[in-house]
Formats: sequence, C-alpha cells, structure tokens
Amino acid sequence: MHRNAKLALSVLAATSMVALAGCTAAGDNADGDSQSLKIVYQKTDSFTALDELFTKIKPEFEAANPGVTVELEPIQANDDDYSTKLALSQKSAETAPDVFYEDTFRLRSDIDAGYLLNIDDQLADWDEWGQFNEGAKAAGMGDDGSVYAVPLGTDTRGIWYSKPVFAAAGIELPWQPETWDDILTAARAIQASQPDVVPFNMYAGKGTGEGTVMQSFYELLYGTGDTLYNEDDQKWVVESQGFKDSLEFLQTLYTEKLALDPSEALDPNVWKKVFGELFPQGKLGGTVEGSYTPSFWQTGGSYEWPAYTEDMAVATFPTQNGEEPGGVSMSGGWTLAVGAKTANADLAFDFLALAVSQENALWYAINNSQIAVRTDVASEPTYLAANPFVADVTELVDVTHYRPATSDYSKISAEVQAATEAVITGQMSVDEAADAYDTAVEGIVGADKVTTK
Amino acid sequence: MLPLAPAVVLLAIFLLGPVIWSFYGSFTDAALTGSSAQDPQWVGLDNYLTLFKDPVFPLSLWLTFVFVVASAIVGQNFLGLGIALLINRASKVVSAVVGTAVVAAWVLPEIVAAFVAYAYFSEDGTLNQVLAAAGMTGPNWLYSFPMLSIILANAWRGTAFSMMVYRAALNDVPVEVTEAAMIDGADGIKRLTWITIPMIKNSIATNLMLITLQTLSVFTLIWVMTAGGPGNESTTLPIMAFQEAFKFGDIGYGTAIATVMLLIGAAFSLVYIRALRPEKV
Repeated sequence: MHRNAKLALSVLAATSMVALAGCTAAGDNADGDSQSLKIVYQKTDSFTALDELFTKIKPEFEAANPGVTVELEPIQANDDDYSTKLALSQKSAETAPDVFYEDTFRLRSDIDAGYLLNIDDQLADWDEWGQFNEGAKAAGMGDDGSVYAVPLGTDTRGIWYSKPVFAAAGIELPWQPETWDDILTAARAIQASQPDVVPFNMYAGKGTGEGTVMQSFYELLYGTGDTLYNEDDQKWVVESQGFKDSLEFLQTLYTEKLALDPSEALDPNVWKKVFGELFPQGKLGGTVEGSYTPSFWQTGGSYEWPAYTEDMAVATFPTQNGEEPGGVSMSGGWTLAVGAKTANADLAFDFLALAVSQENALWYAINNSQIAVRTDVASEPTYLAANPFVADVTELVDVTHYRPATSDYSKISAEVQAATEAVITGQMSVDEAADAYDTAVEGIVGADKVTTK
Repeated sequence: MLPLAPAVVLLAIFLLGPVIWSFYGSFTDAALTGSSAQDPQWVGLDNYLTLFKDPVFPLSLWLTFVFVVASAIVGQNFLGLGIALLINRASKVVSAVVGTAVVAAWVLPEIVAAFVAYAYFSEDGTLNQVLAAAGMTGPNWLYSFPMLSIILANAWRGTAFSMMVYRAALNDVPVEVTEAAMIDGADGIKRLTWITIPMIKNSIATNLMLITLQTLSVFTLIWVMTAGGPGNESTTLPIMAFQEAFKFGDIGYGTAIATVMLLIGAAFSLVYIRALRPEKV
C-alpha cells in the first residue's frame, strides 16, 4: 500500500511536468484603486501610432481629471498573440483593462464572452457620435443592436504595384486588370523580362495568418460569385466552385514561380520583406495589400521610402471574369472598447472619447494611413493630402466586403489558411484541399450549419 | 510523515491542482472567447471524440513519438553516455573543454537556445553559410527537414543532462571490478556491456525517465524554430495543444490534448519505475 502510494505520487509528480498549466483564475472582486485607468493596446516595431497617440493624450486627460492616473499597457505581440493575451487578461477583474484596442472581426465573439461594456448610455450623452458614418456605427454593434465599441478607422485592400517593374515589362500604365487572367498575363510578362523580380505575390499559408485571407484569398473568393458564409441562412458555404477556383489561382501563381518561393511565403514575417525590401528595391511587381500601406513608407514609418509616391500605384482587384461590380476589396479595422469589468465606466468612456476626438482621429488617420470614419475628418484637406493614394483606397469602399465575424470565424479562417498552404506547398491537390476544408468546417460548426450555396 | 507535509502541500497546489484543472477542463467547452468563455458547459467526452476523429491527432502522436525516440532516447541518451565514457578517459584539459561546451547548450534559457538553433538552421543561417563556404548549397532546413532540425536541436540542447547523470554514475563504478575484468581478459566492449552498463542500470532508467518526460513537453524550441510547420509536419502534441487552446481559443479541446499527453507520460513513467525496482533475490 505504502509503496503504491509512493509510486502513484512519483508518477503524478513526474507527469505533471507535461500538463498544460492552469490558465484561468476567476476573481470578481472589483479593482481596489478606483482612480486609475488601465489602457491595453497593441504595439509592434511597425505599429506605434496608437502608442504615440495615447502617450500624447495621457497628460491631457490626467490634467482634466485630477487624481486619475492613466496606466498605458502596450502588448508587444502580433495580432494573434495580442488577442490571446487580451482574452487571458479579461478573465480576472485584477488584470482586465478599462479601455482596450479590439479588432472588429473578434468583436462579436468577445461581446458574447462578456468582455465588452454596452456603451449605449454613454453614446447617447456624447454629442460627437453623430459625426461617425453609418458603417462605422454598425462596426461596433453587437447582435443585440447595442453598441459596444467605437471604430478608430477602417481600411480597404487593393493591388499595389511597382510602376518601374511594370514599365520594364512593357505593360501600359496605369494598369487595371479586368479579370484574373489579366493578372497572370502581366505577371508572366514581368517574369519573362525580369527574371530576378518576383512578378506578383499573394499571401498564402498559416504563417501570415489573417493576412492570407484578408489580403489574398477573399479577394479571389468574393470575386467568383461564391462566398464564405451565407448571411441569410447564417450557414457556412462548402463545396463551392469559387473556393476551388481561388485555390487554383494561388496554385498557378506559386507553381509558375510568379509569387515568392513557398518557403519564404510561409514565414510569418514575409510582409516585412515585401514592404521593407522587395518593393523599395524594385524586386516585386505587385501584391495585394491594405490601404494602410503608405504608413510603412511615409516619413516616420518603419521602412521609410520617399520614392513610393512616384514608384507605386494602386489598382482594384478584379473579379474572376470581369463580373459586376468589376472589383473586390476587403475591409476590417480596429476599435476602442470599454472593458466590462471596469470600475469606472464613465471615466473610461471619457478617455475613449478623447482618443477619437476630431483632432486625435485626424492625427491617427494620417499617421496610421486609416480611412476616416468621422465625416469631419474625411473632409479635412490635410487628411485628403496625407498621401497620394487616399482617394484611390477610399474609392474601394464601394466594392468592399466584411468578414463574417461570428464566434467560429477564427477557426474557419485557420482552415482556409491551411488549405492555401497545402496547395502552394504541393501537399494536396486543389480538390483534396477543398475537400479537407469542407470536412473541417463541418467538424467545427456541425452539419446543420453548412450549406452548398 | 509530518516533515513531509509542506512538500506534499506544495505538490498538491502546484502540480496536482493544474492536473486536476486540466482534467476537468477537458470535459467542458471552456473557451477564450464566445459565449462559452462566460459560462463553460459540461460536454462530457465530446472533446475526446473530436480529438480521436481529428486527422491531425494521429500525425501529431506519431511526430511526438519520433521526436522523443530520436532526440531523447537515441540522441541525448547515447550521446550523453558516449561523451561521459570518453571524458572519463580523456585528459583533464580535454574533459573540461568538452564538458563546458556541452553544458553551455544546457544552461542557456530555452528561448535563447531556440533562437540559436533557429539562427543555425534557417535559410541564411550558420549551417548553410558553412556549406556555402565549402561550395555547397544547403536546403532551407526548417522548411524541407523540419523534424530533423528540431530533433538535432533538442539533442544538442539536452545531451548535457544525460552526460552529467552518466558521469556521476560512472564515477561510482568501482575501479577494482573493471580492473578484475581487464585481468580476466575482457576487452573494452565486453567490459562496457557486462560490467559498466549493468552497474549503472538504475542511472540509465532514471535518466531515460527524466529526458523522456522533458522531451514530451518540449514546446519553446519547436515553436520558435518551425511553429509546427510547414503544414503540420512538426506539430507535436504540445504544439497542437497550444494552438487549439490559445490560437483558436478552445481551452477545453486544448486541455483534452494535454490530458492525453499526461497519460502518455504516466505510461512511460510506469515502465521506467518498474525497471528501477530492486530485483528480488
């Protein structure tokens, strides 16, 4: 008996080394120090605009509210890790933020989780809310019709291409492809004329995460007439021809070596190479990227490149065979929200409101290359003149789409990313990858939540 | 028994607690986001049923097995024993230099060791630069040979532990016994198989148990080097558990994978602990 007990104990002690550590600690007692506000947001080596904004308004806010301390807590991580860390901090009132930076596509799922405070009452008393456009008001809305977050800006996505590379390939400028084939034709012309240039890259694989779907796959899929999610039936679409055609397009790009080598494409940091090396050095013909692209190249950006205003141009991503409306874009954007566990809802909202005031929203839109969501910012001459592409990318709003922001979305997105990775690395054929996706989606949401149209 | 109490309490809080929590969590749909984050529901065996149907699971199990056998049981264990035997015969200077070099990899924090290994195997890394100097073009190791890369990296990092265990054990082998065997005409290999190894049998079993459990749970090294990719080609169980729990926010499913790992670890430990039992005369 004694020996068995010792045996059991040593087995237990030894094996708990491999156990996943416990990760939730519930605690609902309110924050002791009620006069401090904790602001949690993302900061990376290429995204410092929000940090600068908060650092700028902190003294202003503290001066206007004596006795209040604003604690800025930037999380230095990529988008995925940021949302994980944020979600873990939401588990306890001790660590939960008062105001935080939240991606629109995670919003509904986090509202379901009870992390965001309903700010309808605060908005009713805020005279500036009327300045936000209707799309922006809807972006922060939950399924119940209440508003939980205020958008900082939005974005669109299009083709960014290098004029010198296109000119050297004998392509007429300005270039605007009408069909997918036009893209391939241009890319092949670049390949033939400039062997050391990557003709046309589109992200693929799990490495680039949401970038793979937002700046590549959805531009393809939403231009085929098929979609990812049927909003009317609230079901996920499987077995669509558009899904296969989109995978096939990526497969063509990668097998013909029109895009980067798969080993480079799967590196999570490949986008830094695109912005920091390939475009400035004239080693890349074109890619699909966001309206925030100039923020990397403008003065003070991570990869300053003054010539971008001359060398780069924007084109609308075409539909598969030129179907109406003739183009595709995707939009996302980030918001500010008040934490549901805050002890000072009104004070937290005041801070949020200051951060998105006309003056601050204008500064942020210019410095982070955002598409303005306040009408009194959108009409500012300094905003329109911030870079030569503001008009181009703002036009894309007409053909834009949004992600289906349900709670299952991030898992489904991961399956799309896996399908693109399997295809470009040659691990699966297009049909196999599409089948694997269908099976995975059904496994995630259940057979009654999928549809074939 | 009483002096043991604080140790037992600490064990219960820091080891038993998380194990029980993980076990309980694996029967719920606890999540990082969505409605089940607010109010986790008991889902019975759902997580396990999903896991056994998940096509990644058998692959992940196999990769974990390959990783443990190749990098720990073969790599660390035999390299450690080999180095320990050689050092015992080498001059003081050589043994000090070799010992320090091997231990250096082990004293590095795991994250640093992981970055060193990444810098060594990556496309423009040390290995390919050395190959280039010799006129050869190396492949992108982390992409083309992800398992080989992480196995070599883990063997490099962990060999020191086995080496130290075996050096201590070899010092306890009485010189008289070895000398007697030598006088009886046993050559080096015979002395090793018939004298040395039986005498350090317990150390071997202890070492195997510890390095197996350590290697089963290796996460940082793999995460930094390949993040489980490309595809799922280096997704061992800890990587899979992390991705499910923290990347997809499915804590319940992640803890189910952790629980399976726990059982595998327990099975290995039982085998080794039995081997450690004193033989009945």
